[in-house]
Amino acid sequence: MKNSRIWAWLTMLAGATYFFLPLIATLEFSLRMRRGEYSLDAYRVVLADPRFRDTFSYSVVVAVFTILLGVLLVVPTAYWIRLKLPKMRPVVEFITLLPLIIPAIVIVFGYIRMYGSNSVLPFLSNQRGTDLLLIIGYATLALPYMYRAVDTGLRTIDVRTLTEAAQILGAGWATIIGRIILPNVLIAVLSGAFLTFAIVIGEFTMAALLNAPAFGPYLQLMGANRAYEPAALAVISFAITWGCMSLIQYLSRYAPKSATTPQH
Amino acid sequence: MTNMAAASGPAPQRLRLPLAWVGIVPFLLFALLFLILPTLNLVIGAFQDNSGAFSLASIYELWNNPKIVAAYWISIKISAISALLGALAGFFIALAIVRGGLAPWVRSATLTFSGVASNFAGVPLAFSFLATMGRLGLVTVFLRDVLGIDIYRSGFNPLNSWGLIIVYLFFQIPLMVVIITPAIDGLKREWSEAAATLGASNAQFWRMVALPVLWPSLLGTFILLFANAFGAIATAYAFTGSSLNIVPILLYAQIRGDVLYNPHLGYALAFGMIVITGLANVFYIWLRMRSERWLK
Repeated sequence: MKNSRIWAWLTMLAGATYFFLPLIATLEFSLRMRRGEYSLDAYRVVLADPRFRDTFSYSVVVAVFTILLGVLLVVPTAYWIRLKLPKMRPVVEFITLLPLIIPAIVIVFGYIRMYGSNSVLPFLSNQRGTDLLLIIGYATLALPYMYRAVDTGLRTIDVRTLTEAAQILGAGWATIIGRIILPNVLIAVLSGAFLTFAIVIGEFTMAALLNAPAFGPYLQLMGANRAYEPAALAVISFAITWGCMSLIQYLSRYAPKSATTPQH
Repeated sequence: MTNMAAASGPAPQRLRLPLAWVGIVPFLLFALLFLILPTLNLVIGAFQDNSGAFSLASIYELWNNPKIVAAYWISIKISAISALLGALAGFFIALAIVRGGLAPWVRSATLTFSGVASNFAGVPLAFSFLATMGRLGLVTVFLRDVLGIDIYRSGFNPLNSWGLIIVYLFFQIPLMVVIITPAIDGLKREWSEAAATLGASNAQFWRMVALPVLWPSLLGTFILLFANAFGAIATAYAFTGSSLNIVPILLYAQIRGDVLYNPHLGYALAFGMIVITGLANVFYIWLRMRSERWLK
């Protein structure tokens, strides 16, 4: 027993060293901009950079629309599959897993080839269309996570009874989904939303190849040209990821029990 | 009973059936337009020549262009090694938090951190490791000034394949921990007690009971980690610049500026990526189905 505990502690110690060293190094590096002393200069430079503000706010807006599109797409579909088309479940689940099989770079390559300026659907002929295609692409990337989160949420409520009760009271489909189902799976939806936000906010490949003025390509550009600012940006990005994941953890405490405990 | 119930109901049900499909049409349309058709478009492009006629020339070229073959080889090597090391390290960490007799907070802290770290990929992750083992990184400077070891002069270039593997482990290990912990939780206490009652040692229990049960999960997660690393580009691009010849970086350069001087070769390159990650995932799904039999 004693022996196994020493072994476990050693494993955790080695793991902690590997994971904390880069984080400490990044933090330390980001403070080294002024020669000879630690300062917050790198952060000051980054936060004062108008390109930082522009690209970051652009990516935040894109992330918000991605989440909206994801919810609009996934909640009614997952609900409908549970209620009416359980036979289609494997097909839909397989489709939602496709973005894990097809790399993002391949998907966006397909977009460029299919939706260029002289195609039937010329998304890429103007800036608004490009923004829209980026949002669509991100919704695709987030599909596996969003679908799983919502489906887990739906598992904890009695979809059929809620639907029938609402129908008896005269509710239409939009009312049922928007005012009965969505509030009941809100915590699951929010978990999916925060995960989507964490994935989308610094995404590089799609944004760069669609020439979108997003945060990811800005990060890459800074990395190629500056020394200390990238470290400050990495710290900021890590804080954002950490924030999103903590919110998910925090929310899961309020979720119905069967949604959070593994089902053996 | 069931026959009678079925006989009383078929007529109205058959009438309602087509309407039920309407509910998932938006989703299917979205998937078709923005996931399936764009991918299919590339796949078809890989089997065409410049005039649009069917041709295997690009696929043939894929096997015979030394730069492309090297890119696939390096990509596969980096993905496989980072997946293997990530799976091993993640397995031991998961083992430590489930069966190591550690305080409960260690488990929850590790799982929370793993959730964060497995999502901390891309450009910022590359920056972190540049601040760690880049030319002015904390570890580089410490080794040089305190221990007198200059890693950049020792012939080991951290900004190459092995460096990238070390970087990838930052999201590979946590991903393994997140996926494999429930599987190790699923090893029932009764099994080790039954084995002990029959006189098995701890090593025998692992060799003859636990590992055979966990084997599909372990292998399956390894494949998932492999595909995860294989498709990733942002981290590698920001970490090594465009110097490392791996498939996603080559494809990125091809999309940007047709560096292969042949658009259809670009489609073939993308097709090759789908084939590799697709095969990996088919294998993963198959193993997942096998492992779930035991972990219910």
